[in-house]
Amino acid sequence: MGLSGLDIYKLLPKTNCRECGFATCLAFAMQLAKKAVGIDKCPYLDFEAKAKLEAQAQPPIKLITIGQGETRLEVGNENVLFRHEEKFYRPTGIGFILEDNITDAEIKDRVEKINGLKFERIGQTLEANLIAIRQNKDAKRFVNVVKIVSANTSLGLVLMSDDAQGLKCALEILKGKNPLVYHATKENLSGFAQLAKEYKVPLVAQADELEKISELSVDLVKQGVKDLVIEIGKKSISERIWDLTQIRRLALKKSNRSLGYPSLVVVDKNDLYEEIQEAATYISKYAGIILIKNIEAWAVLSLLTLRQNIYTDPQKPLQIEPRLYPIGQVTDKSPVLITTNFSLSYYTVLGEVEASKIPSYIISVDTEGMSVLTAWAAEKFTPHKITETINKIGVKDIVSHKHLVIPGYVAVMSGELQDESGFEIIVGPKEAAGLPSFLKNLQYEQI
Amino acid sequence: MALQLMTEKWTGEISVVTIGATSKNGGTRSYSIKIGGEKSLPCLFKEGTLPNKPQVAFEIFDVTPNDWPNEVIKLYGKSVNDPLEWAQMCIQDFKAQSLCIRLLGAHPDFGNKSAEEEVQLIKKLLKEIGVPLIILGSGDDAKDNLLLPAISEAAKGERCLIGSAVQDNYKTISAGVLADGHSIIAESPIDVNIAKQLNILISDMGLPLERIVMNPTIGALGYGLEYAYSIMERARLAALSGDKTVACPFICFVGQEAWRAKESKVEALPEQGIIWEALTATALIQAGADLLIMRHPKAVEKVSRYIENLMTNDKILSPK
Repeated sequence: MGLSGLDIYKLLPKTNCRECGFATCLAFAMQLAKKAVGIDKCPYLDFEAKAKLEAQAQPPIKLITIGQGETRLEVGNENVLFRHEEKFYRPTGIGFILEDNITDAEIKDRVEKINGLKFERIGQTLEANLIAIRQNKDAKRFVNVVKIVSANTSLGLVLMSDDAQGLKCALEILKGKNPLVYHATKENLSGFAQLAKEYKVPLVAQADELEKISELSVDLVKQGVKDLVIEIGKKSISERIWDLTQIRRLALKKSNRSLGYPSLVVVDKNDLYEEIQEAATYISKYAGIILIKNIEAWAVLSLLTLRQNIYTDPQKPLQIEPRLYPIGQVTDKSPVLITTNFSLSYYTVLGEVEASKIPSYIISVDTEGMSVLTAWAAEKFTPHKITETINKIGVKDIVSHKHLVIPGYVAVMSGELQDESGFEIIVGPKEAAGLPSFLKNLQYEQI
Repeated sequence: MALQLMTEKWTGEISVVTIGATSKNGGTRSYSIKIGGEKSLPCLFKEGTLPNKPQVAFEIFDVTPNDWPNEVIKLYGKSVNDPLEWAQMCIQDFKAQSLCIRLLGAHPDFGNKSAEEEVQLIKKLLKEIGVPLIILGSGDDAKDNLLLPAISEAAKGERCLIGSAVQDNYKTISAGVLADGHSIIAESPIDVNIAKQLNILISDMGLPLERIVMNPTIGALGYGLEYAYSIMERARLAALSGDKTVACPFICFVGQEAWRAKESKVEALPEQGIIWEALTATALIQAGADLLIMRHPKAVEKVSRYIENLMTNDKILSPK
């Protein structure tokens, strides 16, 4: 919620001293509201007014960076409560908790496995983001493990320790690597604030109640810490959803600066399913960072896939490359199915073709990511466009028959497409689910 | 300064649909289940009551399924060849609280069983098992218009949930369901407006909105899940804001979609399919799903426990 020029004017000294370069405080206020000048131009602002004006110039949820280089994680800067209102911008960072009381060999092995948690899906690479090292023994062991992990991964690190002395050594080793320090509480506030300031690293602020988190973040900011991540303590899933929802609502709708930071949730369950399901819940409900223990690839894949789904832009559907896709052991007699390059259309057709176990070619026509009916209505999926595509692909040199299967919903274009393309048009089922039985019964005269 | 929380004041609520009638209510079910009734978004107990937890029903077929992966089929063994045996196995071995039977065998492409054969099967099921029943047609519109009224009549008074009615084929099914005291599944293709329109059409025939369960058509995790997720969120927000025409509980065919995913069919990784089904359900519960139709007993077990975790901890805090 932005302040109006008049709101801002009320916060200014109203002395019309002109040191800002404007004739009056009111003129300056109007420029501030337009974000045309910075508030630092006014040398006479009191602390409170300055804080308020600074807050209004910032995004409601601060962008926080963890790690560095290509694998750095950026979370925050979210604008909405529901993805259909706009979109969720910064996919939840997924991190893995690594205990420091296992052997060096085990640590290297786990780090290696975490590094390998990369998956290709619908043309995107899905990756895990963070490794969180948790101290169980003395500072010396912790620092040693930090060294080992840091030398073996490019992922961002989270330092989970209550020991300021050990943390200091670890931060010294990780200079320039921008790890996240976990966590500042009411008890250790000054020591941890000092560390975060000295090493310019982001800091997790943790308390059990929202009100306490809010107070803590205000105190930390007063002590000069700029980059915060806020953590909700151990609670039931529903209570955590409530807290995460409140944090998002208050930051966005009430411009509450003290909660305007990405949130972090530690799931930490031994049962793999329970952990993954709980983590999945927080992906849907506003978590900026989730730390879990289990690293089984198949489970992590499911979590990262959910993140991909939830963070897809609802206005800009995922597209696939428009081209010919041979599915299974295709021959020159295999059927040729036409669909759009909207990922969901293509992958639905793909799923059914695979299920039918009948090798087929799928051609995705470039419809700019629109689904069959939408593209047809928008004239992106026309006889002309389809003909152009099949000619470019050279379908007549790939198959020996002259038949194309089109989606049932665009049956109306059969005649025109037949004339234009020179192919016999077979109208397929309206829904992809009908493809297996359609393909089993598909017969055409060989030409 | 005390932190002021931001609490939404919802004016609408989701209708409660009861599935299964006991002898007290003119049926023969051992118990009935209730879905819906929410006065708040999922898990936000502090904003309004969520009186009924999401329910999970096991899905079975009247014929041996031809497209279920081995990982699921092998758990049921030979009983997948006999719907009655299969139903009993779900109840006895896997503690199924309700069953969803799909009469695929009546489909012209999958056996073309007569309506009379299917009626006999449903009668037998109702006689031998006591759990509430969800009954789905074959998926072929013409056949279902013959089949479902006959099924509806055979199950008269049992308060089954019968489906699916779609925008261009709802009249025959709705009439049967209305006459025989059941509830209906209204299916729309990932579209809030069509869902709303269909609910209005069906209620115009005299079937009250309190007897409609919406099938928003879901995609599995990784296969368009987010479309259904947002459609459900939008419909639920509208309903809580007072739009009665979308204030019906959601049914989601989780098993059917999840086990079609490529990731669920990796023979070497049987657990990947289980988590695919469990996570599809988990995400949809957060979008407002009320009734989940599932296939793998282990996925059902994990999702049921998740639901317990969601519901128990906060009950005492929910406003009266």
